[in-house]
Amino acid sequence: MDATPFLTLSALLFTIGAVGVLVRRNAIVVFMCVELMLNATNLALVTFARVHGQLDGQVAAFFVMVVAAAEVVVGLAIIVSIFRARRSISVDDASLLKY
Amino acid sequence: MTEVLPADGVFGLSWLLVAVPAISAVVLLVGGRRTDRWGHLLGTAAPAFAFVLGVVLFVALLGRGEQERRVGQQLWTWFEVGGLRADFGLLLDPLSALFVLLITGVGSLIHVYSIGYMAHDARRRRFFGYLNLFIAAMLMLVLADNYLALFLGWEGVGLASYLLIGFWQHKNSAAVAAKKAFVVNRVGDMGMVLAIMLMFATFGSVTFEGVAAGIEDASGATQTALGLLLLLGACGKSAQVPLQSWLLDAMEGPTPVSALIHAATMVTAGVYLVVRSGFVYETTEVASTAVVLVGLVTLVVGAIIGCAKDDIKKVLAGSTMSQIGYMMLAAGLGPAGYAFAIFHLITHGFFKANLFLGAGSVMHSMHDDVDMRVYGGLSRLMPVTFVTFAMGYLAIIGFPGFAGFWSKDKVIEAAFADNIWIGIATILAAGVTAFYMTRLMLMTFLGDKRWKSDVHPHESPATMTIPLVVLAVASVLGGVLILGGWIGHFLEPSVGPEEHHDLPIPVLALTAIVTLTVAVGVFIAWRTYGTKEVPVTAPRGSVLTRAARADLYGDALNEAVLMRPGQWTTRWLVWFDNRGLDGGVNGLAALIGGTSGQVRRAQTGYVRSYALAMLGGALLVVVSLLAVTLA
Repeated sequence: MDATPFLTLSALLFTIGAVGVLVRRNAIVVFMCVELMLNATNLALVTFARVHGQLDGQVAAFFVMVVAAAEVVVGLAIIVSIFRARRSISVDDASLLKY
Repeated sequence: MTEVLPADGVFGLSWLLVAVPAISAVVLLVGGRRTDRWGHLLGTAAPAFAFVLGVVLFVALLGRGEQERRVGQQLWTWFEVGGLRADFGLLLDPLSALFVLLITGVGSLIHVYSIGYMAHDARRRRFFGYLNLFIAAMLMLVLADNYLALFLGWEGVGLASYLLIGFWQHKNSAAVAAKKAFVVNRVGDMGMVLAIMLMFATFGSVTFEGVAAGIEDASGATQTALGLLLLLGACGKSAQVPLQSWLLDAMEGPTPVSALIHAATMVTAGVYLVVRSGFVYETTEVASTAVVLVGLVTLVVGAIIGCAKDDIKKVLAGSTMSQIGYMMLAAGLGPAGYAFAIFHLITHGFFKANLFLGAGSVMHSMHDDVDMRVYGGLSRLMPVTFVTFAMGYLAIIGFPGFAGFWSKDKVIEAAFADNIWIGIATILAAGVTAFYMTRLMLMTFLGDKRWKSDVHPHESPATMTIPLVVLAVASVLGGVLILGGWIGHFLEPSVGPEEHHDLPIPVLALTAIVTLTVAVGVFIAWRTYGTKEVPVTAPRGSVLTRAARADLYGDALNEAVLMRPGQWTTRWLVWFDNRGLDGGVNGLAALIGGTSGQVRRAQTGYVRSYALAMLGGALLVVVSLLAVTLA
């Protein structure tokens, strides 16, 4: 099996996610981009699992999914409460925790 | 020295000599105000009891054979560390017995006197507490059978003198004088401490017996070092040059304290130490010569200072220095002089206590003014003080028949036999003594009245005059101790047999020369102060007079040689500590603080910049892993 198309797609998705995290200000979008990176990673994990004929990668992907789900729950709750308090979900506005 | 026998019978009580005054001091000082009403009575009873017990022990000692007159009492083991075992032991022998009698006898009289002298002082009870502490410490000093217990008493004496000199602590001068006495004594104490350490290191023992047994076999350097260190200690306590400066300032204390320091306790400790450590000085020519020189210099310096002072107590203080110098000199002469040093010490104790208490009586009636230039003509108003003071005066100048005549003459004889120049110096100093004491007598008791208008002199109460009378009698009769060479013979078990010396001239001729010199001194003083009016303000005086008024620049010397360089050193050290050490540490801290202040700017609070940093970091890790793998 040729893994190159899968890995290319994975790298592409990861890059899009990373750039999204870096350049977007909307917290929801940043969050989605993080999810994109996680899923890109999952793809790479599953691909390598197939290549090597082992289940380790797939198991890891499942873990990532579970953690991502939990993270979404907590993260969205935080975003909602920040929005309620400040009427804004721009990540640049929430910059009080600094030197 | 003869063997030490265990204490039996009445000698088992010798510990009470130290304990009773010590307990009395504790009661008075811890009991506080509750003991105010009867404090002075208890304070006087304690040394009086010690005196009675001292007499009993003395008689018991006389009742024994000559070879059995050294009695030791081991009380308990003080401490035992490694190879060092210090027993708390007492030694009652002829030497310490004489000291016990002097300390408790003269001490008790001074206590009685203080009842009257301090009657109007609100802190009288505390004063008696300190006096008792002084007596207890001094008795500890002379009764110890080892150098360590002696040192306990030694330090106790230093402490008590500090408390008493600074008793009127509201006066700045008294507080400063007390501090000075303490600090100067500390220098001498260092000598004692080092000597004790050296003894332990060399002999493994600090008892008199142990050191005496080992000293012969020790190296010459050790013997000399031991002698010089002990001499340093003796100089501090006995106010000998170069540690003499505290004694004149110590006059700030109440007059009974001066009497106690000068006559019975404190300054005699140095002489005691040298005589007690005779076995050390007999092995080392250098140290014993140093003792003689110290004594010689001090006796001349003290006499010169005494001539120029107008403060009645300071004249007496100068004379104490001078007389202690005589004793030191005699003690340094070895077996030929020990007995005479102690003899002079005892007679000096009598007449100097007499003189100081007499001076106190005069001050008492002159509103505590000490300037002799405003005295004069007191002999008729204070007859008892005058007559008793005159007895002390005749004793100190060495008027034939009085106590000082016998004792000083013996010291001069011993000095003469040793070295003719030292002998001549002691004779001249005797003449100077006669001069300044006559000056004091004339300015205080005779001549015109020069009192200030509000002063009404009167005789002192009986509590003050009775001790004066007793001491005056002792000053007259103190010479009996030498009859038939008794004192030398009595002290033999402690200091060894008296060495007989050959004089280049007959003894009688020497005595005549001394008496003649004294007469000349008296005559010059009479010509200067007896026939002319004494000016109320001191004339400028010659160079020597001005130098003597300034204590022969002893303080200036100390200041220039020790104090100033010491201050410079401390200032430099403080500077080095602040700038050098602290500067380095503080600089490092400031550097780290500044750097972190810059670094924390990176924490902007913008999530996206953190994300960038994370990405960059992750990329860095990946790139470096790849680089390692591919390389």
